[in-house]
Amino acid sequence: MSSTTAPSSSVAAGSADASGARRNSKRPKYSRFTQQELPACKPILTPGWVISAFILVSIVFIPIGVAALFASRDVVEIVKRYDTDCIPLSERNDKVKYIQSPGNKTCTRNITVTKHMKKPIYVYYQLDNFYQNHRRYVKSRNDAQLRSNGSSDDVSGCSPEDYSNGLVIVPCGLIAWSLFNDTYNFSRNNQQLSVNKRGISWKSDREHKFGKNVYPRNFQNGTLIGGAHLDDSIPLSDQEDLIVWMRTAALPTFRKLYGKIEQDLQENDVIEVTLENNYNTYSFNGKKKLVLSTTSWLGGKNDFLGIAYLTVGGFCLFLAMAFTLVYLVKPRQLGDPSYLSWNRTPGCH
Amino acid sequence: MAGGGKKKRRHLFKRVHDSSFRQESFQDEHFLIGGPGFSRIVFCNDPDCPDAASLGYGGNYIRSTKYTLASFLPKSMFEQFRRVANVYFLICGLLSFTPLSPYSAASTVVPLVVVIGITMGKEIIEDWRRKKQDIEVNNRKVKVHKGDGVFDYTKWRDLKVGAVVKVEKDEFFPADLLLLSSTYDDGICYVETMNLDGETNLKLKQALQVTLNLTEESSFKDFKAIARCEDPNANLYSFIGSLNIGQENYPLTPQQLLLRDSKLRNTEYVYGVVIFTGHDTKVIQNSTAPPSKRSKIERRVDKIVYLLFAGLVLLSVIGSVFFGIWTSYDIEGGAMTRWYLRPDDTTIYYNPKKAGIAAILHFLTALMLYSYFIPISLYVSIEIVKVLQSVFINQDQEMYHEETDQPARARTSNLNEELGQVDTILSDKTGTLTCNSMEFIKCSVAGIAYGRGVTEVERAIARRKDTPLEEEKGGEVEDLTEAKSSVKGYNFIDERITDGNWVNEARPDLIQKFLRLLAICHTAIPEVDEETGRISYEAESPDEAAFVIAARELGFQFFERTQTSISLHELDTLTGKTVERTYKLLNVLEFSSTRKRMSVIVRNDEGKLLLLTKGADSVMFVRLSRDRNEFVEQTKEHVNEYADGGLRTMVLAYRELNDDEYSEFNEAFTAAKNMVTGERDELIEDVEEKIERDLILLGATAVEDKLQTGVPDCIDKLAQAGIKLWVLTGDKMETAINIGFACSLLRQGMKQIIINSEAPEAKAMEKTEDKSATDAAAKASVLHQIAEAKAFLDESSESPEALALIIDGKSLAYALEDDAKNMFLDLAIGCASVICCRSSPKQKALVTRLVKVRTGGTTLAIGDGANDVGMLQEADIGIGISGYEGMQAVMSSDIAVAQFRFLERLLLVHGHWCYRRISSMICYFFYKNLAFGFTLFYFEAYASFSGQAAYNDWYLSLYNVFFTSLPVIALGVFDQDVSAKLCLRFPLLYQEGVQNVLFSWSRILGWAFNGVVAATCVFFFCVRALETQAFRKGGEVVGFQVLGATMYTCVIWVVNCQMALSINYFTYIQHLFIWGGVIFWYIFLLAYGAMDPDVSTTAYMVFVEACAPAVMFWFVTAFVLVSSLLPYFIYSAIQMRFCPMYHQMIQWIRNDGQSDDPEYCKMVRQRSLRPNTVGFSARFRQSMRFEENSEPTLQFERTEE
Repeated sequence: MSSTTAPSSSVAAGSADASGARRNSKRPKYSRFTQQELPACKPILTPGWVISAFILVSIVFIPIGVAALFASRDVVEIVKRYDTDCIPLSERNDKVKYIQSPGNKTCTRNITVTKHMKKPIYVYYQLDNFYQNHRRYVKSRNDAQLRSNGSSDDVSGCSPEDYSNGLVIVPCGLIAWSLFNDTYNFSRNNQQLSVNKRGISWKSDREHKFGKNVYPRNFQNGTLIGGAHLDDSIPLSDQEDLIVWMRTAALPTFRKLYGKIEQDLQENDVIEVTLENNYNTYSFNGKKKLVLSTTSWLGGKNDFLGIAYLTVGGFCLFLAMAFTLVYLVKPRQLGDPSYLSWNRTPGCH
Repeated sequence: MAGGGKKKRRHLFKRVHDSSFRQESFQDEHFLIGGPGFSRIVFCNDPDCPDAASLGYGGNYIRSTKYTLASFLPKSMFEQFRRVANVYFLICGLLSFTPLSPYSAASTVVPLVVVIGITMGKEIIEDWRRKKQDIEVNNRKVKVHKGDGVFDYTKWRDLKVGAVVKVEKDEFFPADLLLLSSTYDDGICYVETMNLDGETNLKLKQALQVTLNLTEESSFKDFKAIARCEDPNANLYSFIGSLNIGQENYPLTPQQLLLRDSKLRNTEYVYGVVIFTGHDTKVIQNSTAPPSKRSKIERRVDKIVYLLFAGLVLLSVIGSVFFGIWTSYDIEGGAMTRWYLRPDDTTIYYNPKKAGIAAILHFLTALMLYSYFIPISLYVSIEIVKVLQSVFINQDQEMYHEETDQPARARTSNLNEELGQVDTILSDKTGTLTCNSMEFIKCSVAGIAYGRGVTEVERAIARRKDTPLEEEKGGEVEDLTEAKSSVKGYNFIDERITDGNWVNEARPDLIQKFLRLLAICHTAIPEVDEETGRISYEAESPDEAAFVIAARELGFQFFERTQTSISLHELDTLTGKTVERTYKLLNVLEFSSTRKRMSVIVRNDEGKLLLLTKGADSVMFVRLSRDRNEFVEQTKEHVNEYADGGLRTMVLAYRELNDDEYSEFNEAFTAAKNMVTGERDELIEDVEEKIERDLILLGATAVEDKLQTGVPDCIDKLAQAGIKLWVLTGDKMETAINIGFACSLLRQGMKQIIINSEAPEAKAMEKTEDKSATDAAAKASVLHQIAEAKAFLDESSESPEALALIIDGKSLAYALEDDAKNMFLDLAIGCASVICCRSSPKQKALVTRLVKVRTGGTTLAIGDGANDVGMLQEADIGIGISGYEGMQAVMSSDIAVAQFRFLERLLLVHGHWCYRRISSMICYFFYKNLAFGFTLFYFEAYASFSGQAAYNDWYLSLYNVFFTSLPVIALGVFDQDVSAKLCLRFPLLYQEGVQNVLFSWSRILGWAFNGVVAATCVFFFCVRALETQAFRKGGEVVGFQVLGATMYTCVIWVVNCQMALSINYFTYIQHLFIWGGVIFWYIFLLAYGAMDPDVSTTAYMVFVEACAPAVMFWFVTAFVLVSSLLPYFIYSAIQMRFCPMYHQMIQWIRNDGQSDDPEYCKMVRQRSLRPNTVGFSARFRQSMRFEENSEPTLQFERTEE
């Protein structure tokens, strides 16, 4: 603080003649700072300012809202819920039992493309009611272990998925253990649509958080199998499904990137999805959805931002007009002293 | 050694004072000596003997510091953790080392350590200052007997009980001393007890007969004595002991005790024995530890913190209950539901089978998580801000007093904002309102008014009439050149009289008599400076001195007084030369408060007997001869004029006596004087009464009890600001009333309610009944008077008639008793001004407490003497006047200023600003913490209340310390709603503080609500906008990291911009801190994100890689920012338009540039004035009204009975 006080030489010079006579005078030295006379702008909410602020907001917000809304409308998004559909009718009474029983759970669904979709088309899976943000879950990982081979024995924080059969699990912890393991295969007119699974994770994760020389070890070998198995021969930095999964979601409903289809899809194309329905969301009544979506410059399909911008912009426009009207109908000489009265019970505070 | 003449003079002084000494005899109470409570034994002149050492009396070292080196740590820690908030954070800190903690231990402990460290640092600095003061006092030197009759200097702190010390003129006594001898033969000495009771007159002390001969240093060679006395106690006015010399015992009384911190005056030196040292001395025993004062705002802050605690606990309970329920569902019928959490193999914290315990443990976690509701840095920020505010107060040039070289000094920074809320000022008079010097300024002789001097009041009124806007210059006197007269106590300018010109006036004979009377009729004693020949006077009261000085300056120099005569150098009208005349002094008819006059009877050198009388107009005019007086009317007129100008008037008259008349009188007078019965005084009065009649009027004098510069101005401003001013003075009622007039607290036409226990009926009782009955009767009388006045007040409550209450000390004692005090207070509050006279220091404190407790308003006490200490400590704020004498008041004050007039700036400018700053700052603090805390809570709800924080650990812990602290401190230090000039121009603005509109509950809750709104906007808009879809072109979705960073960015923007929106004063510092805070966040995010992932964890590269390239991120920030501020903005705009607060109106006026339009400002100020106020504006207005209406309005007379 005191550094700003700055009893600078210029100030001292100003009062030098005064203090010259009395050397050790206690007279406070003059500076605009200590006398609280710093140059300042003192904004007050005059009608002009209020109205211009409202107009400014609406002028900026309405175009942004329109643009955002257009961007969102341009995005083509197809959502297919399959968690119930992919269980045979006979098994639907006890979905948990079905999903936990061994055996092939392949299921085929058809998706009709509603609108022309330009590549790249992003494939997501969406889980619902899945608390990846639960504190126990979020903490159940060990970043050091994921990063370097040297600390592969470090499993602190991973309990209970830290050791299996007395051996260290790599990657340890609940997050890795519960890795999503449904798989999708797409075909159009019996022609395989290839899904590119490279580059779906954040670059920083791949390069800095997951080691190139860290290989899965003793993974999913316990009594209780959580989710997907990992290929022991591929280093973690290349296991992009894992990397995506381990970037935990913030909210209990979330999508994660599964891959990219690098082809355009035409309107009314029928896509056949062959999926393996392995992942257990039935225990906690979670939905599973498959999402195909393009993106715009603003991202995926969500009208909210556009509408919100338009609403606020419009509201401000309305307020600007309302205030203008008020000032026109009931103009007031600013600082009219008739407002300057003081009574013990101020009417409106 | 002074010559014999001086001694003679002293004896005379004694006679004039008519002081009778107590007989040296043992009283009943002396038999207590040796018993319990009276066990102290002092071996005089032998402090080192083994017997003395075994008694183990403490040294003379004094310590006023709060801590010692050893006790600092535990004691200051204890102080720190008396604050609930700090205990809470300590517990959080400890718990953060357990797995319960939602975030890392370091991020919890670091802020706490910083906060406590800063506060303790402040304590150290403050205590160090006290230490330095102690060192100064303890190292003062005094001469002490070292044995063999040798005296040498010793430091005060090394003084021992029993030591013989020699104290010289104008030195302070280092400890409580037993007076042994002085330079006077009869062992008297004069003591000034200014520091003890604030009385400026000298007290006489006298040594025992037996020790009188110890006048030489060598005589202490073989002196031995043993004093036995009472144990140390706090009673200043009692002392019981006995002195054993040889085989004899001699009684000791307070008459022999010289108290520490009083001063030796008019005596070359005294010898004394140390009886009480250091903390045993009466004055220190008497001083209570200064109560640590806390401002109202701070107390309310505590309440708010409790409220927040309640909110915190509530939210935690909600969270825990939900968490318990969710956890218990994790295993349903033996099957895991949320299997990915492995509820089958878990610790106690998440065990679904023991969900109850898990919930309880989670409660602790939640308490830690939501700790952001409690602003940890609030207290420390407030303290930093207050210290800086104090620096501004100390540095204010407008409050620097040139003459005494004293700037204002805020001794504690706790009360800055309290200065903006003062409701009642309780002021001492002498030395506070007045300079305690009297100046002869005008006189009226033979019906002609002389004297062109201008009083402070007249100056103020004149200024107001002519140039209504010039007063913004504050109390600065524009005409310093004119005021300074060379002679103290004399400010009489009129060339018709001065330099002997009076002989050419119409009635030189009367003028001569007038001046002669001034020179003769008094009890002053001349003191001739041998070198210069200048004569100065020692008088009982300063106004008497002023008369004698005036007479001297006008050519009637009084230069000698003997037992029986008074000698003057006076101008002979015939020869034009100065001649010496001696008047034979026959009788002095003394002044008393009931008589209100004094007379002398002298025989002049022509042999004529003259009765010279001076007295108050009320008693003098009735005693004038009916037929021989020509100028009564004119003189009366002049007297009224003078009184209205705030001057003390005195009417002078004389009569020639014939010898018979005199001898008759003298006989009766002597007889009465020799009476021993209780009726003696009355008889004397009767005799005096008889001779003081048929007087011939000479004229009247007007003495200005010199007000300090700018006092009327200041009082007027304070009155306009709606602050009530009570004067509590030890002075006589007449004096107090005069000063009341002088500083416009009273004015002609104001109804005065005088409550007086010297009412005739009470006096009558006194003679007949016993003491308790008298008391009861007096009390009944006082109660009756109060009740009557109250009834009058109720009656007149409709008409804006200004009332003044004047009450004397004795009545006050009754009025302050439990059964009467409510009624008294009701009455006092209804009056525009209240003057309590003849009040003791204790009563001052009691009145202060009464006002403080009963009205609930903030009280400010201002005083300069030690008699004001109790009042200063009792009041919410104590202001000490520094500068002239005695530091006692300053030492126990909270803020010291050099002059009363600085109060105006201190309160109206600094007080208002500080109040405003602190209250806005605190409101903002709650806002920002709620805005932040609620986002955490909302996130919790989306994370099944598991205790997961939405943000990275270090975002969390740096929120309060880094990203938001500097702007709020800048707000607390620099914000100004209106400039100092406008604060002073519109004093009513001050009422915002008194009525506490800026820190009312509605406002606080409003800000809290605004915080919740902001949090809601931030969280839900972020969540809805970012939801599940890709948030950028590359198809990536928002994870935990990105959502946290985005929300946090939004919070930082919102709270900083809210700050920008709500402050009124943008200097470069505000710009730097507000925008700097935001920019700093981005820089931090970059730097922190660039660190190794082990350190940065979830913040790793989050900005560079994920957020910054996404348009969505920026759009969301912008949208959330605007939408969160919109509610506040709309509210402000509407409020500003439809019901602006007072400061906003002034801002508007300033904005329109109309603040420089004098006509306009005058109009505004007139409008904003409330009626029924005091001050010269009110006086001026009233006189204007009289002129306009030109109809006689009720003129209330002074109701003296």
